[in-house]
Amino acid sequence: MNIVVCIKQVPDAKDVRLDPVTNTLAREGVQSIMNPYDQHAVEEAVRLKEELGGVVTVLSMGPPQAEEVLKQAISCGADQAVLVSDRAFAGADTWATSYTLAKAVQKIGEFDLILCGKQAIDGDTAQVGPGLAMQLDIPFVTCIQKIREATDSELTMERMMDDGYDVLAAPYPVLLTVVKDINTPRVPSLKGKMKAKKVVIQVLSAADVGADPAKIGLAGSPTQVVDVFPPPPRGERALLSGSIDDQVEQLVEKLAIYL
Amino acid sequence: MLIVDKDQCTGCGVCEDNCAFGAIEVVDGLAVVAETCTLCGSCVESCEFEVLTIEGAEKSVQVDLDSWSGIWVYCEFRAGKLASVALELLGIGRHLADARGVKLVAVLIGAETGNTADSLIGHGADIVYRADDAALYFFTDETYGAVLTDLIRQEQPEVVLAGATAIGRSFFPGVANVLGAGLTADCTQLDIRQGDGALLQTRPAFGGNIMATIECPSSRPQMSTVRPNVMKALEFDANRTGEIVDVTLDPAMLKSKVRVLESVVSEHDDVNIQESDILVGGGRGLDSEKGFSLIRELASSLNASVSASRAVVDAGWIGYPHQVGQTGKTVAPKLYIACGISGAIQHVAGMQSSETIVAINRDENAPIFNVADFGIVGDLFEVLPKLISKIEAQRKS
Repeated sequence: MNIVVCIKQVPDAKDVRLDPVTNTLAREGVQSIMNPYDQHAVEEAVRLKEELGGVVTVLSMGPPQAEEVLKQAISCGADQAVLVSDRAFAGADTWATSYTLAKAVQKIGEFDLILCGKQAIDGDTAQVGPGLAMQLDIPFVTCIQKIREATDSELTMERMMDDGYDVLAAPYPVLLTVVKDINTPRVPSLKGKMKAKKVVIQVLSAADVGADPAKIGLAGSPTQVVDVFPPPPRGERALLSGSIDDQVEQLVEKLAIYL
Repeated sequence: MLIVDKDQCTGCGVCEDNCAFGAIEVVDGLAVVAETCTLCGSCVESCEFEVLTIEGAEKSVQVDLDSWSGIWVYCEFRAGKLASVALELLGIGRHLADARGVKLVAVLIGAETGNTADSLIGHGADIVYRADDAALYFFTDETYGAVLTDLIRQEQPEVVLAGATAIGRSFFPGVANVLGAGLTADCTQLDIRQGDGALLQTRPAFGGNIMATIECPSSRPQMSTVRPNVMKALEFDANRTGEIVDVTLDPAMLKSKVRVLESVVSEHDDVNIQESDILVGGGRGLDSEKGFSLIRELASSLNASVSASRAVVDAGWIGYPHQVGQTGKTVAPKLYIACGISGAIQHVAGMQSSETIVAINRDENAPIFNVADFGIVGDLFEVLPKLISKIEAQRKS
């Protein structure tokens, strides 16, 4: 079974905050991490490989330093890593990103299964996984919370819905996006860390994957950010005062319209 | 490319502070852009000297943007029930359609939809395209995607909206990709620009730390998923008239490689926390599963649903569908009561657009108070029982 896992390097959300004085994003000490959902995708791929055999390839689109998250995936059991990196990709929206990743997947070659995290925590769009599947003309299922059974020909799984879950069966090839309920990612082994140190990451440019320049980066993006602004301020740190009984009384009065 | 006008740059460093990606650094009194730049544009805004510009390759503009006309709303229908976000979308859709002087169209996909189409008209639709077939009883991305894609290709609407629900956020990206259309996820505000009819789509990014307004300047349709509970539905008006069109379904569109074997609806009917008007959220401060039962009690006294921080879900006190925050759900209820939740940015990102926020926490320095409209500093095990009995007394009177 050949599995491709798409992963993204993102700024750690807990470090991204507004400077209360200037109301701008403070970047001091912002760490880059593997997108949390993608860690679950890597783990699921490695588990499926351990069960059914095969090769796990991790793929990322990003700047050269995204190699770090690819190495992390190798240390957690992935076999090989590909980074598609080119300044021409800058400004890519989810359409252009889906297209670029599809070109890279085609370059990697045969695959049975593609796994992605449900969404990346910087953009929170959840659109690249489905977009990639459409570009490759394969079916997709989002928000997988459990793979019940995996055989050589079919997957049986649970997809999280708003009101519960659906049980689905899908033949290969298929693309799945996963939520964090699906598994608990392993801690890298010593052997894995050694392997990550030595791994040679294949780096592909836009030309290497045969991408049409009109379909990548800003030029290939139907959406365009036209304004960025801080969210309207809210909350006043309006602490109630008095005894607990008084405070509870005041609160119930304030909430009367909701009762 | 992000271009720095080297002659004008003063090296003040404001752009460096503004870049969440750490992609700008001031070197020798000049802003230098690194490869991590995503062209998000936040630095361009920040520069008071107007030194920064974003230049892209010329986009190929669809020649006939004006031939796309009409505002469309996908109305989610599952297991005999219309999602409430569908009516909210008809509310904002009506506003957009009137601003453009075009028709508001509802697209209803499902099985056994009964008189749902009539109710969509009563809530603002001029036309309902109804795809009602037994094969569409269960949602699959392939069948729903094929039906909607085909309709869009035939009718060429300028705007297509869906709720930012599990279903909307799953199949809309597929449809948009096939059409080459721009899609903006999880919008909290929509406006239309007079003149060129550009849909101005505003959404939170970076866990709600910045708001971004997004346009699709050169392609149609303009597609968005819209966060539930943000837009207002119109009052039902039985006198409204409209047209119901049953869509002819090509059998090929009703085939899906992915098969639904079973649909399991959670026994707790409050699992869909995105649709609740009132949410009571519990955090680590409840100490134990037993402590967490106080949250359920408070919720039941308010007819509210229960939500939780990540720590609580990880501890297994309640299931993942109830998790609010960056790796859970984003909610915007009318009232959110955060109990024993410290207010880490990941949690706040998921609930800060709530109408009214109440925080109860024993630590007066907890960041949750920074987003709260009303705060009580105190021991949950003292405050909550009192609050519950007070609310119950109030409701009885």
